[in-house]
Amino acid sequence: MLRRALQPGLSRGVLGRGLGTHRGRSTLGKVEGSGGYRGSWVAPVSSYVTFRTRDPTHDGKTVGRLGEGDQNGKVSEIKKKIQSVLPRGAWNPLRDTSYLPPEHSDVVIVGGGVIGLSVAYWLKRLEKPQGAIRVLVVERDHTYSQASTALSVGGIRQQFSVPENIQLSLFSVEFLRNINEYLAVVDDPPLDIQFNPSGYLLLASEKGAAVMESNVKVQRQEGAKVCLMSPEQLRNKFPWINTEGVALASYGMEHEGWFDPWCLLQGLRRKVQSMGVLFCHGEVTRFVSSSSHTETTSGEEVTLRRIHEVHVKMDRSLEYQPVECALVINAAGAWSGQIAELAGVGKGPPGTLQGTQLPVELRKRYVYLWHCPQGPGLETPFVIDASGAYFRREGLGNNYLGGCSPTEEEEPDPGNLEVDHDFFQDKVWPPLAQRVPAFETLKVRSAWAGYYDYNTFDQNGVVGPHPLVVNMYFATGFSGHGLQQAPAVGRAVAEMVLDGHFRTINLSPFLFNRFYLGEKVQEHNII
Amino acid sequence: MAAPRAPLHLVTPVWNRGTRGTRGLSRAVAPEGSQKKGRSLLQFLADRFYDVQALREYLLRKQVLKVHQKNRPFTYIRERFGPHAAGAYFILKQGGAVKFQGKEWIRSDARGHFSLDFLKFQAVPVEAVDASGCAINYQGLDSVCEWAETAGLFICPSVVGSRKDHSASPPPPTVALKELQSLWLQRCPHVDDWCLGRLHPLANSLQELSLAGCPRISERGLASLHHLQNLRRLDISDLPAVSNPGLTRILVEEMLPSCQVLGADWAQGLPSGPEEQSRDTASPLPA
Repeated sequence: MLRRALQPGLSRGVLGRGLGTHRGRSTLGKVEGSGGYRGSWVAPVSSYVTFRTRDPTHDGKTVGRLGEGDQNGKVSEIKKKIQSVLPRGAWNPLRDTSYLPPEHSDVVIVGGGVIGLSVAYWLKRLEKPQGAIRVLVVERDHTYSQASTALSVGGIRQQFSVPENIQLSLFSVEFLRNINEYLAVVDDPPLDIQFNPSGYLLLASEKGAAVMESNVKVQRQEGAKVCLMSPEQLRNKFPWINTEGVALASYGMEHEGWFDPWCLLQGLRRKVQSMGVLFCHGEVTRFVSSSSHTETTSGEEVTLRRIHEVHVKMDRSLEYQPVECALVINAAGAWSGQIAELAGVGKGPPGTLQGTQLPVELRKRYVYLWHCPQGPGLETPFVIDASGAYFRREGLGNNYLGGCSPTEEEEPDPGNLEVDHDFFQDKVWPPLAQRVPAFETLKVRSAWAGYYDYNTFDQNGVVGPHPLVVNMYFATGFSGHGLQQAPAVGRAVAEMVLDGHFRTINLSPFLFNRFYLGEKVQEHNII
Repeated sequence: MAAPRAPLHLVTPVWNRGTRGTRGLSRAVAPEGSQKKGRSLLQFLADRFYDVQALREYLLRKQVLKVHQKNRPFTYIRERFGPHAAGAYFILKQGGAVKFQGKEWIRSDARGHFSLDFLKFQAVPVEAVDASGCAINYQGLDSVCEWAETAGLFICPSVVGSRKDHSASPPPPTVALKELQSLWLQRCPHVDDWCLGRLHPLANSLQELSLAGCPRISERGLASLHHLQNLRRLDISDLPAVSNPGLTRILVEEMLPSCQVLGADWAQGLPSGPEEQSRDTASPLPA
C-alpha cells in the first residue's frame, strides 16, 4: 500500500512542491562545495530522470521539475487531490505514521552500526549552528543480530602498518577513555565499556620479523606505546608461551586491549537520540537520482549522479517512504557493496572510473569460546600468532575467545551465520595448542560467526565521497578493524561532510579514487 | 520521532542531585533503583524545560571541569625546577603527601598550604607518594609517571639495557631507575582501569602500591599490574567494582608471585567449611 504524504501536500498551495525541490537543490549545491564541474544544474531532460511509481497524485514534483506542460499537470493534480479528499479517496488524516521516516532529511545514514552511529554523533556534535542538520539513521535490523559490531571480539590496538590506521586507533582510545564525557546523557547511568588494558602481543616468525620491526618503528613514531621482545624476554614474561618458531614479538603496553562493543553501540545510540538524530527501522531499497553529463579537464565525458531520494522500505511490509535527502552516507558494513550498487556505483565499462565497483563484500569469520582450566593467567594479552590464529582471555573463569582468519581458498560461504566446528579442530586449535601448550586440553563452550566488511582491494577502510555519485559518502570496508576505528572515522566523515576536507586526521589515502587508480594502501597486520 | 534535542553534553551525569562534588561523580556502577528514588523538583523541571536542563548541565559540567583543573600539568614548574619538583607540587596541591629520598614527608596542612622548600632539591628523586583521597585521574597520573620517563622514551619493563631497539628514540639508560618506590592511591574517586594501565613506566622501581577503596577499579585494570615485577606489597582490598574479590586476589597472586597481596579473603562468598562438613556427617549414608 503506497503511502501518500498528504498533509504537506495540502499545505503546499502556491509554493508547490516544485519550489520545495528547487530549494532543496540549492541546499545541495551549497553542501557540494567542491567546484570544478562544468556541468550545469539546470533540471535535466526527462529521459534521465528516473520516474518513481508512486501515487499519480504526487506527480506534482516531476511536473515542477520538468517545467513544461504545467497547465495540464496542475489541473490534473488538483483534480486528483479533490478526489482523494472525497469519501472514497485515499486520504486518511487520522492514521498514525510515526513509524515512517521523515519525508526530508539532510543526511541519510544507511546502517545503524557503530560506524553509522559514530558518523551521526560527530555530525551532530560538529555542526554549526546546533540543530542545523537533520540526520536520519536507517537500520533494517534493530536487534543487530547480524551486525558486525555486536558480534565482534572487541579488541582495540595501535599495531598497524599504515600510519593513518594508528592515528585513528589512538584517537578512538582517547574517545573510549573519556567516553563518559563524550557520550554523557542527563539522567542516564555512566557507561562502563569494561575495557581490559591488557595489550596486544603479535608474534612473528623469521620471515615476518623484518616487517614487524619496520611496523613497530612506524607505530612508535605515531605515538603508540609498543615494544619489541625477543623470544627469551617473551619466555620470561609469559612462561606459558612456547616460543618455538617465534623470532620477534611486538607487545603493546598501553592503550591496547579489548572492550564491550555492545556497550559502545548502546551508548552511542542513546546519546545520538538525545542529540536529535532520527532513527528508522527500515531497509533502503532504491535510490532516485539524476544524472548530468559533464567533461573533465582532460576532455573526457563523465556522468555525474546525484541522489535525490532514498526509498526506505518498512520492515515486514511493502510500504516504503521516499526520503528526500542531500547526502547519503554508506555505513552499511558488510552490505555496503549492495547499497553502492543500488546507487549506481560501478555501472559502467570495467576499467573506467564509472565501472569501478566498491570492493567490499561479506566474509564470514568464526569466533570460538573455550574453557581451559590450566590456561594462561590474568596478564594474558590479546595474542596473535604468526599463523594468524588469535585468542584472548574472557572474564575471570579461564575462558578464552579466539579464532583464525581462513585463507582465500577456504573462505566459508557467507550466506548464513552457521558455525563450522571442524574449522576449529583443523585450523584454529593446532596452531594455538602449539603456541600455548596448556591449550592441549580445552573444551569449546560456544561459538558464533560474524561478518567482516572485507575490502578485497587492500583490507583498509573506504572513507569519503564518491567522485561520480557526488553525494554518497563511504565509511565502510574496514575488514575487521572497524570497531576500533569507529569514533575517529565518524569524526573524519563528519569533517568531510561539513568542511569538505579532513581536518584532524588526513584520510585522503582512503578515498574511493584509489580503487580506480590502483593505489593500494595495504594493511599488513590484519587478523 | 521527535527526540528532545539537548545541547552538547560534556558532563558525567550524577544520579542524585543531593550528592554534589566528587562523591557523586565517582559512582561508576550506579544501581537502577536510585533513578526512581532521587527525583527532585529540579529533575522534574529539567525534563520539561530546556532552560532548566541547560542549567543542570552547566552545573555538572563545572564539576567535571573542576576535576580537570585539578589535574592540569604544571609546565612552568617542570621547566624551571625539573620533573620531580613539578610532580611533588602537583601531588601537594591535590592534598597528598610526598617523600623525597633522604628527607621527611611533606604534607599540606588543613588549609592546603605547604612549604616550597622542596623546590630547592635539585634532582633528588621522590621515594614515596601518598595521593590517598586525591582527585587524581588519568591525566594527573601523567605527572607521576613522567618521573620514570624521559622525553619520548618509555621503558619496556622486561628489559633494561639490552633490547632490540629499532626506532628513532634515544638508547635506554643503562642504570635501573631507583626512584618512586611506593605509591598510595587509596580511595581516589577518579582512578580507574585506564590509570592502572598507565603505571607501567614505574615497573623498575615501584615496590609498594595501594589501591584500597578506589570505586572505579575492576579486575580488568588489575590485570595490567603484571608489568610491575618489582612490586612487593599490593593492597587491593575493598574494591567495590571488582566482581569476584576472592578469585581476583588468587589470580593476582598467581600473576605477581613475589608480591604480597592484601586483598579480600579467599573464602569470601563461599559457604563456610566446618558447617558443611558437620552437615554431611550428620546425614546417614544410604546403605
